[in-house]
Amino acid sequence: MSMLVADELTKQFPGESQPAVDAVSFTVEPGEFIVLLGPSGCGKTTLLKMINRLYEPTSGRFFIEGVDARDMPVTALRRRIGYAIQQTGLFPHLRIAQNIAVVPRLLGWSNDRIEARIDALLDLVGLPREFRQRYPRQLSGGQQQRVGLARALAADPAMMLMDEPFGALDAITRTRLQDELMAIQRKLHKTILFVTHDIEEALRLADRVMVMKDGRIIQFAPPLMLLAQPEDPFVAELTGASDLLRQLSLITVERALAHPGLQPSTDETADLTPLHPQDDLRLALTRLLSVGDEGLVVVEDGRMCGRLTLNHLQAVLRDTALLGAQR
Amino acid sequence: MTYLIQNWRSVGSLLGEHLWLTLSALAIALVIAVPTSILLVRVPRLRGPVLGLLGILYTIPSLSLLVLLIPLLGLGYWPAVVTLVIYAQLVLVRNLVVGMTEIDAAILEAANGMGMNGWQRLIIVEFPLALPLMLAGLRIATLSTIGIATIAAFINAGGLGVLLFDGVRSSNQEKIVAGALAVSLLAFGANALLRQAERWSRRGLDA
Repeated sequence: MSMLVADELTKQFPGESQPAVDAVSFTVEPGEFIVLLGPSGCGKTTLLKMINRLYEPTSGRFFIEGVDARDMPVTALRRRIGYAIQQTGLFPHLRIAQNIAVVPRLLGWSNDRIEARIDALLDLVGLPREFRQRYPRQLSGGQQQRVGLARALAADPAMMLMDEPFGALDAITRTRLQDELMAIQRKLHKTILFVTHDIEEALRLADRVMVMKDGRIIQFAPPLMLLAQPEDPFVAELTGASDLLRQLSLITVERALAHPGLQPSTDETADLTPLHPQDDLRLALTRLLSVGDEGLVVVEDGRMCGRLTLNHLQAVLRDTALLGAQR
Repeated sequence: MTYLIQNWRSVGSLLGEHLWLTLSALAIALVIAVPTSILLVRVPRLRGPVLGLLGILYTIPSLSLLVLLIPLLGLGYWPAVVTLVIYAQLVLVRNLVVGMTEIDAAILEAANGMGMNGWQRLIIVEFPLALPLMLAGLRIATLSTIGIATIAAFINAGGLGVLLFDGVRSSNQEKIVAGALAVSLLAFGANALLRQAERWSRRGLDA
């Protein structure tokens, strides 16, 4: 069953000429990482806040695991959806452990279960357990955001809403937290709705990107599809679809090696800096440019599994360009 | 000083009266101020009129208010308590309202988004975060209550004011100094205690 089905969801704020969200319909499957992308004022945050009913839809309906959200008490609905926001919203008068424990306590978990859960979550988000007794102000911005993530995950919700959670962090911290969120997602398979206006972040994190403009969904597709087949000049401009390097950064070495048009080479020349199947082609290209024609060895679990050449990259790019031209 | 030592029994019982008058007035004042403040926080358009009314009541000189209440409540403990409660309202309500309305919007949004209902949000988030300002208000209200309670001796409400009024009537310097000293010590003690409580309530907030 689909995790989330939205049917003509609309939010019209009083006194505004245009609806903030305009008859939006979409479906999200369990375990999908969805990024809502668009310029400020496009309605992405409004849409997110309708899902946990911080904003009530003006019209339209939505269903969570098949149940109409209006048929659930609003507090019960919110307790089963994790919520993380940019300003963290951590409670400054509560210690880290108490902050993480809020939803489990609202749900009436036993103390033993809550204490064990706090430890497990601190481990999961990469914070030392000594942080239990600290107050939020004693932590850095990145550490606070980790606590925010742990708090959103506390009651093990199937779905998480994240409103620009990394927006206020410096670039290095943001990248690290993105990596860890992806690692956590690979482990937990949550359904995540993640709002951002950062295109790099969207392409990096998303299984599918929902591009929004003026309260409507312009395109809802996997990152590579947005680049290869932008359905609208707005999407092409937003994603920089003509940027080949960006396209390469979204394709793995593994996928290029599997290209049907090319014979896998098994030449056994040693290579100092082998590639891994999960590396992206942007990295591969920078290495290829320095080694030249003979290509790069790809190694998995210490064993060579192929040799990547510029031909692979050209073939893959030709494919994505063809996809775009078909439209 | 010698008066204090020689008459510690009677001074002690007057101090007890003073303390009882102050504490009971503050307790009643809080019982009224807390729900009033919650109402004002939840219904913003009531804030202006209610705080305005409390401001007007606060400007009435305390001696006049005590005397004005005599026809209604007679002499003694009750008119004094009513007066003290009225004076404490402005500071208590204003500080509690400001404390709760100045909470960061993101914190309240997080509280709602996590599934707290109105009461849970009040108890878990809003009250604790407003507590430092509320205790600051309580401290000011306590000090002024101790002061005004002294005047209440004028309408037979007892307390340390009795020493002052008796001292003035009988030109007894010793009595006046003893009364003034006792009231001041009470005020200093209350101030120190409530400052400590304020500091405790701010833990985590200004790390």
